[in-house]
Amino acid sequence: MPITQSEVEKIADLANLELTAEEKNSLSIQLAAIVEYFDQLNELDTSAVEPWKQLSAGEMITSYTTREDRVEAGLGQEKALDQAPDSDEGQFLVPRVIGG
Amino acid sequence: MRFTVEGLHRLYLFGEAKPSEIVRAALDRIENDNDRFNAYLTINREGAIKRAVAMDAAIRNEIGQRPLAGIPVAIKDNLCTEGIRTTCGSRILEDYFPPYTATAVRRLEEAGAIIVGKTNLDEFAMGSSTENSAFGPVHNPHAEEYVPGGSSGGSAVAVAAGHVPLALGSDTGGSIRQPAAFCGVVGLKPTYGRVSRYGLVAFASSLDQIGPLATNVKDVARILQVIAGHDRHDSTSANVAVANYPEALTGNIEGLRVGVPPECFAEGLDPEVREKVEAAIRQMEKRGAQIIELSLPHTKYAIAVYYIIATAEASSNLARFDGARYGFRAEETRTLSEMYRRTRELGFGAEVKRRIMLGTFVLSSGYYDAYYEKAQRVRRMLVNDFTEVFKKCDVIATPTAPTPPFKIGEKADDPLAMYLGDIYTVTMNLAGVPAISLPCGNSSEGLPIGLQLIGNHFDEARLLNAAYAFEQEERLRNKRKKTEQTEKT
Repeated sequence: MPITQSEVEKIADLANLELTAEEKNSLSIQLAAIVEYFDQLNELDTSAVEPWKQLSAGEMITSYTTREDRVEAGLGQEKALDQAPDSDEGQFLVPRVIGG
Repeated sequence: MRFTVEGLHRLYLFGEAKPSEIVRAALDRIENDNDRFNAYLTINREGAIKRAVAMDAAIRNEIGQRPLAGIPVAIKDNLCTEGIRTTCGSRILEDYFPPYTATAVRRLEEAGAIIVGKTNLDEFAMGSSTENSAFGPVHNPHAEEYVPGGSSGGSAVAVAAGHVPLALGSDTGGSIRQPAAFCGVVGLKPTYGRVSRYGLVAFASSLDQIGPLATNVKDVARILQVIAGHDRHDSTSANVAVANYPEALTGNIEGLRVGVPPECFAEGLDPEVREKVEAAIRQMEKRGAQIIELSLPHTKYAIAVYYIIATAEASSNLARFDGARYGFRAEETRTLSEMYRRTRELGFGAEVKRRIMLGTFVLSSGYYDAYYEKAQRVRRMLVNDFTEVFKKCDVIATPTAPTPPFKIGEKADDPLAMYLGDIYTVTMNLAGVPAISLPCGNSSEGLPIGLQLIGNHFDEARLLNAAYAFEQEERLRNKRKKTEQTEKT
């Protein structure tokens, strides 16, 4: 199943990646080959099988653990902002969100 | 030089060495070797020496109270360590200093271990050769033009090259076991949920596990003892009692039922790997194990299932790397959207981008049912295969990898060829069962080959004992060989 340039662009859009023209080209070829490999799953009749869903700690044991509803200290503002590329007045600073 | 926890503790107890001396020596070896092997991204010289010096005076006491007192360890660089740079092998976290430490690492430190460095890895643990690091590939100490395996290549080299007796890695599709096999050391992926994932930078949340690498099974058991157990910070960590793993190593496997799946010995398996692994299984039989052929019928679909589910989960987990709160941020972007897109484009390497794209594709509307949901159904079939097999056997034996180590660059242009090397390891992550890789000989070119043993959920005690028994048998065999050789000359 070939993957068109426009599909690659749509996926890159969803994934928030600003791909170069060269990347879009090579990815459309590589992804097509890999997805074709995935298609062998169609050899299997899975109509009677439920999809695997994760409960807590795998499905082998149900060990939901809850804790007391007690307020505990979090990371704290200073630590939370410590690695920010840009911050001010206790906030992360980013370029304009709307418009532009 | 390979050393063990027991060996080091003996030196300390008899006053023949002090932690600061051992740690300084380890750091010297590490620094000497780093240009050759590139196994470390950050070397924690000051912090390690400081900690070691503080232990010198009371080390004999410490050993009584803390099982890993004074033992230098290396930590894979996708495990958060407060105050020590953590890059995940990526430019997007090149200067990132976590504000907290992973639970597994904290438990190691509480047990007395001393972190000497953070090891190199495939970027965000995505790879099987440690060639996908943004900071250069890692080289196999057995033969430097060869890969050490991945993604925990740096950790495997740290142990194989004699820098440290213990290392931590992570395993999502084989990333502890395969480098352990390629570097001739022991590596364990515990049962999913056995070890807390808190502080492990997530790749695929339903598959990731942290695990130990060491030169011998007993040390792997010691590390597991320390890091296993429920953690309230990880809601997927299991509330299941931790057995005494070191004590479970009796070496007695009389009557142990070992399942051998023919699907893992079919075409695509290198003949030298087959020879060594079959010989290893015969050795277990000599020691009293009962060998039973048992089918894992859906093995051939495992890679497809894995690369759909793992990439889907990765595309979600890596969404957080966007330049807003930490890590690299692209400069001169005019809008938030542009910041996200350009940061990720520039910060992520090719393999990471490929997997994010794959994962996004299989989750996208129109394809979700055909790929992601289909894969989750086949995953259940793979889990059922294991449930069936474990009704008739106690452990399963397979090769760890289909080939011996390959050369750096050999698989560079073919991502699918690289993915196919994971054929024997991904199923255990999908099913959540524990698995261990052990050295079982070398190829004709002197490159290590690994035997993989797989256990049932939370059955690490039995699995480790089976591994220990094989290891003991292998030691005896090698001793006999050496005696024969000296007798001949």
